[in-house]
Amino acid sequence: MTITTAATPARWRVKQPSIIPGFGLTLGFSLAYLSLIILIPIAGLLWRTAELGWSGFFSILSDERTLRALYVSFGTAFIAALVNVVFGTLLAWVLTRYRFPGRRLIDAMVDLPFALPTAVAGIAFASLYAPNGWIGSIFMPFRIAFTPIGIVIALIFIGLPFVVRTVQPIMEEIDKEVEEAAATLGANRFQTIFKVLLPGLTPAILTGFALAFARGVGEYGSVIFIAGNIPYVSEIAPLLIVIRLEEFNYAGATAIATIMLLISFAMLLVINLIQAWSRRRYGNV
Amino acid sequence: MSENRRISFRNPADESFTTKLLLVAVSLVFLAFFLFLPLVSVFFEAFREGWVTYEEALLEPDAWAAIQLTLLVAAIAVPLNLIFGLAASWAIAKFEFKGKAFLITLIDLPFSISPVISGLVYVLLFGSGSLLGPFLKSYGIEILFAVPGIVLATVFVTFPFVARELIPLMQDQGTGDEEAALSLGASGWQTFWYVTLPNIKWGLLYGVLLCNARAMGEFGAVSVVSGRIRGLTNTMPLHVEILYNEYNMVAAFAVASLLALLALVTLALKTFLELRFGAGAAGGRH
Repeated sequence: MTITTAATPARWRVKQPSIIPGFGLTLGFSLAYLSLIILIPIAGLLWRTAELGWSGFFSILSDERTLRALYVSFGTAFIAALVNVVFGTLLAWVLTRYRFPGRRLIDAMVDLPFALPTAVAGIAFASLYAPNGWIGSIFMPFRIAFTPIGIVIALIFIGLPFVVRTVQPIMEEIDKEVEEAAATLGANRFQTIFKVLLPGLTPAILTGFALAFARGVGEYGSVIFIAGNIPYVSEIAPLLIVIRLEEFNYAGATAIATIMLLISFAMLLVINLIQAWSRRRYGNV
Repeated sequence: MSENRRISFRNPADESFTTKLLLVAVSLVFLAFFLFLPLVSVFFEAFREGWVTYEEALLEPDAWAAIQLTLLVAAIAVPLNLIFGLAASWAIAKFEFKGKAFLITLIDLPFSISPVISGLVYVLLFGSGSLLGPFLKSYGIEILFAVPGIVLATVFVTFPFVARELIPLMQDQGTGDEEAALSLGASGWQTFWYVTLPNIKWGLLYGVLLCNARAMGEFGAVSVVSGRIRGLTNTMPLHVEILYNEYNMVAAFAVASLLALLALVTLALKTFLELRFGAGAAGGRH
């Protein structure tokens, strides 16, 4: 590598020279497969939206039911991501700092929402938090399932590992000496945690928040069972896409999908910006 | 006074025992409500009416057809994404080229797209209003509301899993081993087979595990393209939904318990791989 790069100033080359074979084959195959499976289908969606024109696009989006569904999806995902920031950070702290029986098991189980099929989580939450369920009956007459609160509950489950798994590795790298220095300088434990440790964790927490939020907005399987799916109240945007499709209203489905897609892309950009910013500032994440 | 001071002495860079106890307790209560009780309830509801009813629910023809279809779809989708994952991580980790970061972003794209939209794009591509759908149909090829559509949607949703595990792993390992093998006269294929593959096998296994769990459990994308024809285009998660909506709770949870078991086995293997080979072999976020 060093020899070839030294010999040729490769600033404006597409690919740096290398003796390893297979670049054309693997990249070609990857690009073809990526295009066929992901890019062309998404381009098709955007093409269909373009056919609607601005006025068609906006008339679908300004429909009251669409707006409420988007509001429910984004609102519940936002609240759930906030809850996950608090409890996910706490959980990451407990798992990295404390030793207690069952810690290993809990650490492994945090990934359950990644592995458990969403429909399974959906029916489990719906039956648990229903008015006659184990947890739902405790809170009666306050209803959890079949209200927007039920949606938040399901999204907390879905988003939890995103926060824990983003924050945990950064916490593990914290140098204990920093805390000792803070304590020597007279900070109490509370001040040390909130003024010394937390600022360094902020990029990871923000990334975890954004990931959990993005996942929550698009979540479908775990939500529809517990949501009750009442139009204007607890109907999420992905469900409205499905409903529009079942009505053969492809234009309606397409427009809602496109706006959700655009917002997801924007959030992907934000996540990348947070990470670039924190790399510049803290040198890791 | 001095007695008091001795009792209250503790490491100033650590929390008191009471605080620790409280924080652990709060975490456990939170997890009980959001993780453990839901998981326990799946198995509790499944076995509510005993083993015989459970067995009957799983051996019922539609449930059995759903299990077979789920296995078939995973058996096609996972190898496809495995091949892609190997090709993409080889290109990305072993070479320097323009646009690499953008390519990685594109590979991650399916993670940030709602599963429902992943299904919708194929409905638009192959549906009755599209160009391709009626054309293929005239040759007798059904994509939508048939197995190919379900496979496509599953491939879309599980697209990044293997690549995502392998790219950081292979980037960490660099190109030294491969260059040594090549300079000693190994062919490209030999280098991959005898040098690269042994280096990445645990990360690869990890990616395949996660990919498989998601492929078998995918609900939103598959539900949009499947048409939910009982015994024909119903995967296990879709069958769970149908049974649940028919208030056939025991059967719904019986099928769900199989999927939950799959998740637990996946987690157990994942934990084993992490303990055995360190977080490095199995560290990526997903």
